[in-house]
Amino acid sequence: MKKLVTAAVCAVATVALNAAADERSAVRLGTEGAYPPFNWIDENGDLQGFDVEIGNALCAAARLDCSWVVQDWDGIIPGLLAKKYDAIVASMSITEERRQKVDFTAKYYNTPAKFVRKKGSGIEISETGLAGKTIGVQRATVHDRFLRDNYGDIVSIKTYPAQPDANLDFVAGRVDLLLADSLVLLDGFLSTPEGEEAEFVGPDFTDPRWFGEGVGIAVRKGDADLLAALNQAIADIRADGTYQRINAAYFSFDVYGD
Amino acid sequence: MDLAIVWESLPRLLEGAVLTLEITFLSLLAGFCLAVPVAMARLTPRRMLRVPAYVYMLYFRGTPLLVQLFLVYYGSGQFQPFLDQVGVWFLFREAYFCAVFTLTLNTAAYTAEILRGAMLVVPRGEVEAARSLGMSGLLLFRRIILPKALRLALPAYTNEAVFLLQATSLVSIITLLDLTGVARIIVAQSFEPYKLYITAGLIYLVITYTFVLVSRRLERRLSAHLREQPAGGIGNVVGR
Repeated sequence: MKKLVTAAVCAVATVALNAAADERSAVRLGTEGAYPPFNWIDENGDLQGFDVEIGNALCAAARLDCSWVVQDWDGIIPGLLAKKYDAIVASMSITEERRQKVDFTAKYYNTPAKFVRKKGSGIEISETGLAGKTIGVQRATVHDRFLRDNYGDIVSIKTYPAQPDANLDFVAGRVDLLLADSLVLLDGFLSTPEGEEAEFVGPDFTDPRWFGEGVGIAVRKGDADLLAALNQAIADIRADGTYQRINAAYFSFDVYGD
Repeated sequence: MDLAIVWESLPRLLEGAVLTLEITFLSLLAGFCLAVPVAMARLTPRRMLRVPAYVYMLYFRGTPLLVQLFLVYYGSGQFQPFLDQVGVWFLFREAYFCAVFTLTLNTAAYTAEILRGAMLVVPRGEVEAARSLGMSGLLLFRRIILPKALRLALPAYTNEAVFLLQATSLVSIITLLDLTGVARIIVAQSFEPYKLYITAGLIYLVITYTFVLVSRRLERRLSAHLREQPAGGIGNVVGR
């Protein structure tokens, strides 16, 4: 009897799955879940954020059946290559270096990087102003790379698995400066109670040599169908106003850039 | 397979391995020095000493090392004004100190438990013989119980040292560039997890087996007087 029931359940499940597969193909999206306001996990354990809503909107537009996988940032490309998920929607900048390993869609937003200092510290962003300072940055990010290439010999760089860890150490006084995406610093830190004593300093950094051509979705090399579907979906949600609606829910200006 | 990336990153990995060894040895040394009095306190009939030792060992053996590390590193950050006031913030400011501090407290708790077990099985006859010669208190402890207990504890303590070595890989989470930390950075830049983690693993393996071999030699030396009998060990001694 038990066997019969199991068999029946399996049969029904198979039929149901096949039906679903006919209609929509299953795609797993990888994200970090620790990068507010772009992606984070709320008190209920649910994924939230701009990346997540954009990802869901793209899936709806492309008629894909999407699910989310959370993965630490410094393992996010290896995870894609190891097929733990099929695309990365995690505010990943489109850089030449990453292009060697993965393919990118067109950008879906582009915001500059900025330094943050403690109010009253008087630190200036220049060769002399930075000499001997300790800077906190998230490991394996474009910001990490930018610091190493440009100020590597004059500053000490502390790298963190996730941006909130770097923010904590800034509050504790273990690092003098932070370098990260300006919106991540603004929404995830400066506008929170912990960030009261901190302020932006220095120019906007956008040099494509380090910061790439904006933020895109990464897929495995050769996954041309998914890439084309996502590119089409980005164009669609830009055209039908879905993008603008999500944008407005998070930011007071257009983060798509020009 | 192209191994150029492994060859190129080997110097950086070895630099990380040096930090791993430093942290391991400092923590083992400090942890051992702390473990002896804690084990003694745990065994005395005096409640004032026994209960705090018991609670300390319970906490550090009963909670994950990662949680302890976060507690000391990020927790101390939250109490920064207070720690500054009592003048110890300059220590807690450094990730290096936080790592050694936490690993020391952690390994001391485990080592104290190992020593406690070993002290309990020091043959009663030997202790009585020493007492009949008029030894007591610290002298008895220093001359009879501790040397015997250390010999009995060595195999278990070697295990603890190996565990600690491997546990140091957690310090990469609090910004230290130990062997694991360096490997993670290079992986993040090169996207070659297999080659680099296998290399890092092999370096850990070499260090671990060096540990084990040294400890085995030490064990043989310390048990020279038992050579004619079957190999020593806690079970044997008890049964004798």
